Amino acid sequence: MNQINRVMTRQTLREKLIMTIDAVAGEEADSPMMSAIKQVAPIIMGYVPVGAAYGVLAHQAGLSMLNTVLMSILVYAGSAQLIAVGMFAAGMPPLSIIATTFVVNLRHLLMSASLAPNLKTWKKWELALFAYEVTDESFAVHSVRFARGDLNKTTCFGINGIAQASWILASWVGFVAGASIPDVEPLGIDYALPAMFIALLIMQTKNKMHVLVAGFSGLMAIILVQAGADQWSVILATVIGATFGVGVESWTKK
Amino acid sequence: MDQKVIFLTFLGMLAVTYIPRALPMLALASRTLPEPVVRWLSYVPVAVLSAMLFPALLLKDTSFNFQPDNYFLWAAIPAFILAWRTRSFFGTVALGMALVAGARYFFG
Repeated sequence: MNQINRVMTRQTLREKLIMTIDAVAGEEADSPMMSAIKQVAPIIMGYVPVGAAYGVLAHQAGLSMLNTVLMSILVYAGSAQLIAVGMFAAGMPPLSIIATTFVVNLRHLLMSASLAPNLKTWKKWELALFAYEVTDESFAVHSVRFARGDLNKTTCFGINGIAQASWILASWVGFVAGASIPDVEPLGIDYALPAMFIALLIMQTKNKMHVLVAGFSGLMAIILVQAGADQWSVILATVIGATFGVGVESWTKK
Repeated sequence: MDQKVIFLTFLGMLAVTYIPRALPMLALASRTLPEPVVRWLSYVPVAVLSAMLFPALLLKDTSFNFQPDNYFLWAAIPAFILAWRTRSFFGTVALGMALVAGARYFFG
């Protein structure tokens, strides 16, 4: 009797486990907002420690609390904000800070262009609002969603809004808590975004041409970083990689 | 630096960040693009993701790092395999983080 009970329990447990796995994996089955929360989770894990680090550095650089939070609201671009804080601390002129921000963030131009063909039915103001929160991470998540046909607007704005809110909040916490922020490295949280990019890159890779373009662009980015062009590496490697893809495609078709 | 100057600098940063984010989307979304352009754009996601990811995994500053303590690289191999076999977004992130955390715990 006991044995039967135990077997039963084990079976129910297994069923429950499978159901949970299905629930986590089956993002389509969720409500739009629930789907957004699930997909934004790794972004939050990545943003919170980096956003807090930005807050700490902004404080040290002499930015006011209001300005620290305002940069996260108005500019909302991780690496550019960290670079800008360093430049403020070094007393660089505003124009060179703005010029550097332009170069560092120019890669979003390509991301915006590549999302555009999926948004034919959207109103202009919706596009303008959505574009405000295009980051490396939100782009990566949306491009995979769009590729599998999930164009739900609530999910789109849910992901973007929650991601930016976590970034703003983390900046503020970093400013207030200063260096007393606990080290999150033992938890591997700094690997959340690289691991997310791995998953999203694989989900985007649907044929041999994609593998070829991915390898070529990655190699190009490495060469560009090694050549000292790290601020241009992503955008140049992407342009070269996509052009290479179209080139090889039309060459092999002939 | 004066907080007002810092704030005005943000407005410049906002402009140079927002325009590249918004302009292509606003200009292209309602248009039917020529076929080669669509094909080119279809390669952008894989290209841009690899361009961000590969240097982060393989380089330390500007030189290749194949040392055993490059946990980001070694954790990426099982993460790639898991992502490829299961297409699981969550599983990949969880495995990657667990491996990096575990490696730091056991090997420092």
